[in-house]
Amino acid sequence: MAATTVPKHLTEGEVGLGLTLLVGAFLCALASARAVDAPFGIHMAVFALAGFVGVAAILKRYEGRPAESAPQEIDGRPNYNLGPVKFASIAAMAWGIAGFLVGCIIAFQLWAPALNLGLEYASFGRLRPLHTSAVIFAFGGNVLIGTSLYVVQRTCRARLAGDLAPWFVVLGYNLFIVIAGTGYLMGVTQSKEYAEPEWYADLWLTVVWVVYLLVFLATLWKRKEPHIFVANWFYLAFIVTIAMLHIVNNLALPVTVFGSKSYPIFAGVQDALIQWWYGHNAVGFFLTAGFLAIMYYFVPKRAERPIYSYRLSIIHFWALIFMYIWAGPHHLHYTALPDWAQTLGMTFSIMLWMPSWGGMINGLMTLSGAWDKLRTDPVLRFMVVSLAFYGMATFEGPMMSIKAVNALSHYTDWTIGHVHSGALGWVAYISFGALYCLVPWLWNRREVYSLKLVEWHFWVSTLGIVLYITSMWVAGIMQGLMWRAYNALGFLEYSFVETVEAMQPYYLVRALGGVLFLIGGLIMAYNLAMTIAGRTAVESEAVPAGDALPGAAGLAPAE
Amino acid sequence: MTYESAAAFAQTSGLIYFVGIFVAVCLYAFWPRNRIRFDAAAHLPLIED
Repeated sequence: MAATTVPKHLTEGEVGLGLTLLVGAFLCALASARAVDAPFGIHMAVFALAGFVGVAAILKRYEGRPAESAPQEIDGRPNYNLGPVKFASIAAMAWGIAGFLVGCIIAFQLWAPALNLGLEYASFGRLRPLHTSAVIFAFGGNVLIGTSLYVVQRTCRARLAGDLAPWFVVLGYNLFIVIAGTGYLMGVTQSKEYAEPEWYADLWLTVVWVVYLLVFLATLWKRKEPHIFVANWFYLAFIVTIAMLHIVNNLALPVTVFGSKSYPIFAGVQDALIQWWYGHNAVGFFLTAGFLAIMYYFVPKRAERPIYSYRLSIIHFWALIFMYIWAGPHHLHYTALPDWAQTLGMTFSIMLWMPSWGGMINGLMTLSGAWDKLRTDPVLRFMVVSLAFYGMATFEGPMMSIKAVNALSHYTDWTIGHVHSGALGWVAYISFGALYCLVPWLWNRREVYSLKLVEWHFWVSTLGIVLYITSMWVAGIMQGLMWRAYNALGFLEYSFVETVEAMQPYYLVRALGGVLFLIGGLIMAYNLAMTIAGRTAVESEAVPAGDALPGAAGLAPAE
Repeated sequence: MTYESAAAFAQTSGLIYFVGIFVAVCLYAFWPRNRIRFDAAAHLPLIED
């Protein structure tokens, strides 16, 4: 059969994106030249460079690609677009290591403040947002973008919508991460927790995020599977809500378009409420809804069992998204926020316990009939322990939102302990489980390089989490009790610095816990690198043959 | 509008709104005719192509 030759030419998308990047790069170069502060000048130069590199990458890709666009299906099977997913998976692992490392550094700084070396770049105030953004947005964000772009294709049985758009999303998002992270080091911040990047980085993220939403929606639109799977609902809620939160919380006026500084349009308690409406829903929709989507796809897949109750998953979804959005005011107990708003936030936080545990039970019970796999499969164990931590954190959270409890816990390290039982135990563990599944599927390997190393990772990091959260519970509750202790004459029993001194040993335990968690991450990175390289460890032979491993189909010899 | 009347309105309408949504979601989830569809959807991650 004679192949029809199609003359090769640039697509509209390639021309359009190329020209946009080119114009954008020139404008950024211009802004860089006229910058009124050095960090802004550097950032605009980075944007300009990224734009030019983007144009070059489009041309290079054009040279190498066939004349026709990639087929939607090959031999009746969807031709999944996995390149962007692979990039996001590797980026997640790399950022994860960076984020855990910075976390360890600042943990040691709290134990011995001299470790900031007297440098502004290494001061706690700058490294702390670097840590939080690296683990939440760089590690977590890449896991969410990568898995969402994978799961939406598999559960829709359709190739990802767009040609360059998925690449624009993953590369653009990581450019945002670079701008945000380098900004913190140079002292650029709008001082909103978890929303520190300044106006120009926020604008860029808005563009990337809208393209992400469009890619996701367009893929759902062209689905071959009539039903929209529950994981896609959770991913969609995550994408839409983060767009809304990001835009509203970052409404700000720059002092000049040639400088990094801006001022938010809200002031005082309104600004505080908007910030914590954003902040708590970053927890609810970024760190919860998105990772629940991972749970609903990867746990059934790994356990090879259907979802325990699909009907419960529907109720779980709608209850969770309609309640989470109201819980933010519990961050502002006993502040200038009106009392009724504080009570409202507290009430919704307590009610959230129910959908949270409904989801946890649904995930755990998915293992019914496959509980024995917990003994043999450390990847599944990561996921199940993540659900246990999810249950613990979503019980502790509502409890801490009760005003009487909050009076003790707020501003203490108990909060830090609570956040990390959710972040390390739930978010990171479900991500580790998902990456251990995803990397072999993406690179067509039967299994990860070494399940024994997964086992090591599991126990080393679990020990780290236990040290971390127990030391922070003790330190935090002690700190809260010392702050509120009065003597017989009605004076405060302790000065502030006495509470700091009392916490020092616990800070060391916490830092060591963090180091164990980091070591676990390094073991994982090595394991995944060897998996991608196609190596197999000798012990892997002993793994019970779980024949039709997902994704292994592509490995079957043709004849 | 006094604080009391605003609060009464917000509390009543909030109650109706949330209970309404919850009832609607439960009806959708437990509607007998949807059963086959949802049972099939529970297996969706396991289907290989």
